[in-house]
Amino acid sequence: MRSDTGKLSLILLMTPFALWIVLLIILPQAGIGYVSLQEKVGPRQYEFGFKNYMDFLGEPIYWNTLLRTAWMSILVTILALMIGFPVAYYIAKIAKKQARAGLFLLCLIPLWVSDLVRAFGWIVLLRETGIISGALQWLGIIGEPVEMLYNDMTVIIGLVYTVVLFMIVPLVSTLDGMDDALLEAGYNLGGSRFTVFRRIIVPYAMPGIVSGCIITFMLTAGSYLTPILLGGKNSSWFTEQIYNQFITRYNWEAGATFGVLLLLFTSFVVWAGLRLTGQSLATTVAKE
Amino acid sequence: MKTSLKLMLAGTAMGLTAGSMASAETLRLLTWGSYAPDELIQKFEEEYPDIDVEVTFSNNEEMIAKLRATGGSGYDLAQPSHDRIYAAQLEYDIYKPLDLSQIDTSALSPNLLDGVKANTTIDGEVYAVPHQWGTSGIMANIKEAPDASGWADLCDPAYQGKTSMRLRRTILLGTAFGMGMNPFELYSDMDAYQDMLDQVTAKLIECKSNIKTYWSGGDDLSGLMLSGEVILSETWDSTAYKLYNENPDIVFVPPETGALAWIDTFAIPKGGEADDAAYKWINFVLRPENVTIMSSSTGAIAAVPNGIELLPDDKRSAVQAAFDQSDLDNLKFFANIPPGLEDMEGLALERIKAATE
Repeated sequence: MRSDTGKLSLILLMTPFALWIVLLIILPQAGIGYVSLQEKVGPRQYEFGFKNYMDFLGEPIYWNTLLRTAWMSILVTILALMIGFPVAYYIAKIAKKQARAGLFLLCLIPLWVSDLVRAFGWIVLLRETGIISGALQWLGIIGEPVEMLYNDMTVIIGLVYTVVLFMIVPLVSTLDGMDDALLEAGYNLGGSRFTVFRRIIVPYAMPGIVSGCIITFMLTAGSYLTPILLGGKNSSWFTEQIYNQFITRYNWEAGATFGVLLLLFTSFVVWAGLRLTGQSLATTVAKE
Repeated sequence: MKTSLKLMLAGTAMGLTAGSMASAETLRLLTWGSYAPDELIQKFEEEYPDIDVEVTFSNNEEMIAKLRATGGSGYDLAQPSHDRIYAAQLEYDIYKPLDLSQIDTSALSPNLLDGVKANTTIDGEVYAVPHQWGTSGIMANIKEAPDASGWADLCDPAYQGKTSMRLRRTILLGTAFGMGMNPFELYSDMDAYQDMLDQVTAKLIECKSNIKTYWSGGDDLSGLMLSGEVILSETWDSTAYKLYNENPDIVFVPPETGALAWIDTFAIPKGGEADDAAYKWINFVLRPENVTIMSSSTGAIAAVPNGIELLPDDKRSAVQAAFDQSDLDNLKFFANIPPGLEDMEGLALERIKAATE
């Protein structure tokens, strides 16, 4: 009797989660996978095969863009970690107890505004007739307006800004749980600041670092608006090619193939990253 | 007691109106931004109180993608351009034939009607009638770029870093015309078309360092032109007319090889559930008094015999400033896109986008 109610509540609790996973994640992915294996042989005629994957490998533009997207996403992740870690450490360890919630909230506020609006904010700042160019001219630092949009640097700045919050949040929650006694013990045993950082803080924060890196990497590689709006004529981003295949070329089969490849490739990068740093999901993200 | 009775009555009344609202027919329009001005929708709903109009704004590619995804249902009236119907219908079967007897075809300009009919007839059935037409060409700030006359000027080093274009098929076609080729004549020969695309791709990659950026929508382009960051750009004429009102130095220039003319049409999706309402809307917006309201919102010319005269004053003067009779005679109407062509062009566009200077 008791185990029956236990089972029932387990089923009730799991149902929304299972429905969500199956209906919104697994089914669409399976559909995309199926479409990607359709070869078009004529109007309304399709055959089963791997032609779309071969086409991807045969056209350097596609895999170059995928590699470029992955490489820039890794760079963004590293920059986000370098910028996010000190901020998170300050919030969790240095700031006064009363100030922490406020500081944390300040970090979250930009999330209340949509990506699109934030990208337009950067455009207003960085365009040739924009605020920064205007201010520099007014100060006499530059003689002519400068264009700061439409290059890789701008795309990276914009992306770091968009994702850095997703790095800070897991880091703060991990660092928050660290006992100050650990740090004091480290110093008492003669550790320098750097040794304490390397031997105590980083290992302790590893779960937060790993989950933050995975989230930011995946978000960056899958982002669409920021690279396109800020990159202008030079923004080759893989998600844009997926959009083009689906919408401008009416080629759903190739678009689906690209979708599958992006998922596989980013998963591979995450796996490789974990292996290279000697971490595993079990010991970091899922750690008690 | 009295108040509760009043409340009950009010509640019942609200329930009744809600009930009658729910039973009303809904006309779901899938159209371009500005092709369904609020003023016209209100007027239409006053005339036909039992029809609710719901509007979704889109563009050619997204319209077809949306209808393809649903097998042609979800919308009751769509407005793709005339060259986007034949192949889409053959490939995806997303439209249903029109019942021309339900449409007041006498209100339409005969040459445009015949042209669209010829382009969209499959197995003897007509799938579209014209609604609005306009052109693509170039727009110049004549103070800065007084000599701009054709597509090739976008790549002229004299305007280094100050030109723009939309990276879509129009610029491929325009550049081909600018290089002395006629892409429409090559539609029937895929190898020759690919050869042309390769030349155009090389030209546009070379041109990439000359342009500031690719614009993606009318607002984007307006910002670039009005701020002076761009002085010469590929454009829709309607966007140029809007800017002419804000800065009379910005004019539309029909390229010397001929402006590219498009016709946006009315087509009924295969799964449309309100054909009667759709025909009512078509006839409604073709009435002369409504044509002016529509054109003042779209900036495009209605496909009725006196479409240019029915433009609102400001738009008419902009059109007259841009076009003379020889330009009108020289219009190049988009030819029907054969199946598979968009895929070839898509690859060319991606090559251009991915190229580094």
